[in-house]
Amino acid sequence: MDNLKVSISRQLMRYVLLSWIALIFIFPLIFMIVSSLKPDLQLLRDSSSFRAFLPVGDISFNNYIEAFDRAPIFLFIGNSIFITATTIILSMFACSLAAFSFVFLEWKGKGVILSIILSTLIVPFEAIAIPLLLIVNFLPWVSVDGISIGWLNSYQVQIIPFIADAITIYLFVQYFKDLPKELVEAAHVDGASWFRIYSKIILPLSGPIFATAAILKFLAMYNNQFLWPIMVAQEEQFRPVMVGLLYFFQLNVAWGEVMAYLSIITIPVLAFYISMQKAFVASVANTGIKG
Amino acid sequence: MKNIKSILLMIFSTIFLSANIASAATTLSMWYHGAGNQTEKDLLMQIVNDFNNSQSDYAVEVQDFPQESYNDSVTAAALAGNLPDIIDVDGPIMPNWAWSGYLAPLSISQDVLDKMLPGAIGSWNGEVYSVGLWDAACAIYARKSDLEENGIRIPTLDNPWTKSEFDNILATLDSTGKYDYVFDVGMAWTGEWYAYAFGPMMQSFGGDLFDTSNGKADGMINGDAAIEFGEWWQSLMNNGYAPGTSQDGGDRETGFLDGKYALQLNGNWAAVPAIEQLGDDMLFLPSVDFGNGPKIGAASWQFGVSKSSKNQEGANAFIEFMLQDQYLAAFSDGIGLIPPTAQSAAMSEKYRPGGPLEVFFELSEAQATLRAVTPGYVVASKEFEKAIADISNGADVADALDAAADAIDADVAKNNGY
Amino acid sequence: MGNNKLFKSQQRTGWLMAAPATLLIFFFLVLPFLMAFGFSLTNQRIFSPNPTEFVGLHNFKNMLSVHFLTVEAEKDETGAFKLDNNGNYQFPKTRKFTRNNPDYPHLNKTREWMKFDVGKTKKFYVLARDLIFMKALTITILFVLITAPLQAGIALLLAMLINQPLRGINIYRTIYFMPVVISMVVVSVLWKFIYDGENGLLNALLHFFSVGYFEPVDWLGQTDTALGAIIAMSIWQGVGFHMIIWLAGLQTIPVDHYEVARLEGANKWQTFSYVTWPGLRNTAILVMVIITMQAFTLFPQVAVMTRGGPLDSTQSLVFQMVERGYGKQDIAGGSTISVFLFLFVLSISLFQRYITREKIHG
Repeated sequence: MDNLKVSISRQLMRYVLLSWIALIFIFPLIFMIVSSLKPDLQLLRDSSSFRAFLPVGDISFNNYIEAFDRAPIFLFIGNSIFITATTIILSMFACSLAAFSFVFLEWKGKGVILSIILSTLIVPFEAIAIPLLLIVNFLPWVSVDGISIGWLNSYQVQIIPFIADAITIYLFVQYFKDLPKELVEAAHVDGASWFRIYSKIILPLSGPIFATAAILKFLAMYNNQFLWPIMVAQEEQFRPVMVGLLYFFQLNVAWGEVMAYLSIITIPVLAFYISMQKAFVASVANTGIKG
Repeated sequence: MKNIKSILLMIFSTIFLSANIASAATTLSMWYHGAGNQTEKDLLMQIVNDFNNSQSDYAVEVQDFPQESYNDSVTAAALAGNLPDIIDVDGPIMPNWAWSGYLAPLSISQDVLDKMLPGAIGSWNGEVYSVGLWDAACAIYARKSDLEENGIRIPTLDNPWTKSEFDNILATLDSTGKYDYVFDVGMAWTGEWYAYAFGPMMQSFGGDLFDTSNGKADGMINGDAAIEFGEWWQSLMNNGYAPGTSQDGGDRETGFLDGKYALQLNGNWAAVPAIEQLGDDMLFLPSVDFGNGPKIGAASWQFGVSKSSKNQEGANAFIEFMLQDQYLAAFSDGIGLIPPTAQSAAMSEKYRPGGPLEVFFELSEAQATLRAVTPGYVVASKEFEKAIADISNGADVADALDAAADAIDADVAKNNGY
Repeated sequence: MGNNKLFKSQQRTGWLMAAPATLLIFFFLVLPFLMAFGFSLTNQRIFSPNPTEFVGLHNFKNMLSVHFLTVEAEKDETGAFKLDNNGNYQFPKTRKFTRNNPDYPHLNKTREWMKFDVGKTKKFYVLARDLIFMKALTITILFVLITAPLQAGIALLLAMLINQPLRGINIYRTIYFMPVVISMVVVSVLWKFIYDGENGLLNALLHFFSVGYFEPVDWLGQTDTALGAIIAMSIWQGVGFHMIIWLAGLQTIPVDHYEVARLEGANKWQTFSYVTWPGLRNTAILVMVIITMQAFTLFPQVAVMTRGGPLDSTQSLVFQMVERGYGKQDIAGGSTISVFLFLFVLSISLFQRYITREKIHG
């Protein structure tokens, strides 16, 4: 009986501790969402007290309505989701294929190429943005209208350069290294082609790592696409959400609308993350931990 | 199947043909920096529609950009060889873009240009590259009641405050204890604001970004007059008269109206809400004469034609079309900025004789000084901004200005003196 | 015969499978970076009517050059040291030596970086030609040195906290991960509000919890708190991600190891150092490598919140790269920084790999 009592109060303490920490992690988000419901003046005044977290005062969805007036939000979200989804699908395919080749096949030059790829981890995007712009300006593209030169003002310019990246490849490589090599060898001895081994044996075992890589890619493509779209998405119809954020920073910043916009665009990310939750955690169990 | 196919083919070819016939007008592409700003966009679209309907040779198409990243987008487009026919450019940046080869000289009739305020014309190296639909001016915002309560004289254009007078005024206001800060200069607005609003004050002290006689910054931006300005500026911060670099953006917007600030340095784009709230109590005061005459900044966004445009004639025609007085007045009514010709000013609600902002037109005429007209302005402005920020945070004034001078001169040298 | 055939087919298939990713990376990452490398050897501007000139390592020299100067206290005509009213020695300002002084041409336009006293009558100065770059370098390194272990350590603690069979623990795990899901730019905008010196939420909260004892602090406006504020916010945003990685690592440690430890009467600390930590070694490497790489590219926080200030206390290498390359249109200067950053981090990571490799075999 005593044991139970102790254990309950202990548990309670644990919950209290966890909850305090949770508050630290979530309070800015609450601030953002609650602020989006307040008019600008009140928002600014409330931000210096506890009222910042409380939906009190003049609460309404006005900011959201105004935000939709100011910027074509659905267009931006649609663009971002399209670009992100396409990149993720192509990336998962290309990177896992390459990782498979690096881990399970022997071929000359493999080591050098892998090293070069991993070294690109250090290169921040801003360093290559301008050279990249010059490059994509000369690339051909085939479409309904025929062959055209230059990829500006398109979706492909926001997708193709980002399909292959070092982190994704690194994740797959580490994961594949931990998979039982015997399976692969056995299948190979049996005469299966490499592509068959890839698709029938490795892929089914890799659900978790795909989820991890997918989430990371989603975050990268949805959240961090700033400089590049500014440079290449000159027409409004191709712009993604982060460029849209700038619409709200004219000479007089409408903070309420900014908060509303931020709240809106965070929804797809959260939704994707929550849906991938289970697979994500389970998968990290196998990334380079034993390797 | 075959029947359907041929019907579809007929329909498509008809549409295709009619579309081709309809698009006889040449498209003029135009980029504008006002994305997210509904009023400006509406006004602009009004002009565009009028132009498109008034003739059938050209049709203007507008692409809107967010102001924050507009310059980056233009630079990228220039690199890619993808500039539109008409672009708008922030006045002081125009020399840089002209030098870089983005802009072609305008071919607008001289008598149209003659009627305009100097701040609305962008010329460099003897050519006119851009014109603006408005000018922007700065003033010191104050409440009449505050000044009268403290026995402070209200300055006029002919008789502005002198430096010593101004120092006394600040001290007087500060001693009342009523305000968080007595003089809000707006350090929350990082970027071009610093060079635009504070540069003229430095010029009033006798300093400047460049020595126009030899194009060098060394000796001018870190000369004695500029150092005097820097030290005066630092004293503002040390005495607690002005909020510094960590000023909250929200405070900058509402601080004066809320009574947190006694005086505020602001532009006429913020004048309309101020008048609405304070009515007759609202005063727009001319800048202080720090020794070399009172000065304020000039020049705002202007329109130019890109060098690579294949439709120079059409582009110029549209720009000239935009300069009609009724449009200039309309813009002014909508966004509160200064109409650049006397006629349009007389037509506008706010700047006509007797109008609430009439004083800004006179201010602009009397005190406006162009920012340094050189391609090196882009770097100079950034260096000035950094120097002022560092000085506000307590850096040694001479060192900060030296650093700015060196960086500016190095940039000029790197570009063969522009 | 058989072997050759096998190898050949692996060669071709291997290449084929790796080709899409490799070609993409080559065209869109490696090639542009080589171009950037090329830019750093010229005086390339973004756009200029002047032709681009090849300048070799001139940009690097300018950026990295450092000089030393020893200055003696001022003496009067008789050769004795002058004293001011307070009895202190007087020293000429560095400005005298660094601005157009014909006796010191190599020092022209350098700026004071560090200052040391040598006894009472001498001062030793370290002067840098590109002072802002040096500050950016040191601050970036400082940022990495503080953030990396702190973030990794806190993430580990959180992981151990989360790694218990409480009901609803998943909800907490989700909440702790939430900041990761928000863009760093958005996080910076929000925290700028929170850190505000006058109306900031943080000040209000601290004031409340200290029952009025705490005075508001201008977190982002003071040189001694600005960097710390950015570090705290960066850790806040990133720790959830690394917590998840640690968590996975913890869950791979066999439960019976803990049983054994308990039976042998080990206390918490012993359990940690003999059971938990050894099992986490590989996780630790993974976490540290990723954190370090990411920390070196410190940028959005600085760009949104402090722009390098106040007084360069939050300068960062990538921020300077963007300021020079895009802000001042000096692509060559920006590229110089990125090449330097690349080589610098590359050598560090090679060093890291070298160290950890030895331990595994040793």
